[in-house]
Amino acid sequence: MSESSQASAWSVREALDRDSLHEQYAEHDQQRESAKLGMWVFLATEVMFFGGMITGYIAYRDAYPAAFRAGSVHMLFMAGTLNTAILISASLFVALAVHAAQLGERKTLVWFLSIAMFLGVCFLSIKGYEYYEHWVDHKVPGPSFQWDGPDPRHAEMFFVLYFFLTGFHALHMVIGVSILAFIVYFAARGRYTPEYHNPVENAALYWHFVDIVWIFLYPMLYLIGHKHV
Amino acid sequence: MTETVVPRKTYVAVWAVLMCLTALTGAVSFINLGEWSTVVAIAIACGKATLVIAFFMHLRYEKQRIIWVWATVSAVWLTILFLLTMNDYLTRGFLRVPGK
Repeated sequence: MSESSQASAWSVREALDRDSLHEQYAEHDQQRESAKLGMWVFLATEVMFFGGMITGYIAYRDAYPAAFRAGSVHMLFMAGTLNTAILISASLFVALAVHAAQLGERKTLVWFLSIAMFLGVCFLSIKGYEYYEHWVDHKVPGPSFQWDGPDPRHAEMFFVLYFFLTGFHALHMVIGVSILAFIVYFAARGRYTPEYHNPVENAALYWHFVDIVWIFLYPMLYLIGHKHV
Repeated sequence: MTETVVPRKTYVAVWAVLMCLTALTGAVSFINLGEWSTVVAIAIACGKATLVIAFFMHLRYEKQRIIWVWATVSAVWLTILFLLTMNDYLTRGFLRVPGK
């Protein structure tokens, strides 16, 4: 390598470092730790957001256990189980993507994030199919809600909580897939390096959090009826 | 670089355990354990969540204590929310209110 190209390589390197290290930080480690802490604080507020709805679920299920079991029988067990497996697998690919970012493997990073996005879209499609089935089955709360068994008002309450919990979870999935789309775009352009990949790490933390929410929604909504099939 | 790089094998092993636990919780739901069904299902869900937090979210390898604090504090706040709410709903019938 000639002396001039060596020099230009160094200046490119310096420009990259300047770009990725914000001026208030002394070094990349400090910047990364601050970014990660911010994400965990945000996730704590998200825990409380879903926690409020889950508290409503606990209080109503405690008051009307039979109506909730009867409501849960109408859940699509296979769809819910498949979606759980899809989300866990998507989380694996996101975790592997962070691994690739740490090592600076750009192509692997882009591939793994794309696979995770695809799995996220699969999840949302299956969720949409479930909503369609509930719609056709007149299980959407409101004037068209139909219930043959006893206690229709409280069975309807189960479906209110079902749509709120899974609806907000699905919204988080849409946001998660969108964030991954941005990350894939910038990753393909080579923005992330072993020193600087905070957005990849933080997007991954968000994705795993949304996965954890589903890990709890699955038994709460799908597994309390004993009579799926 | 102070960041811990977790081997790929670890991630895949955690994924395999999570898939097994999903199959387990789905299968157990077909057995009627009465009140215990919920306990078992939530216990398995807590186990799965712990694995995701520890390995996928790297908490196990986290050196910054402040992140451990925030992770723990989320669970503590959630517990307070559940406990104080149910402390109200579960105890409403304990004392007879005159005239009601």
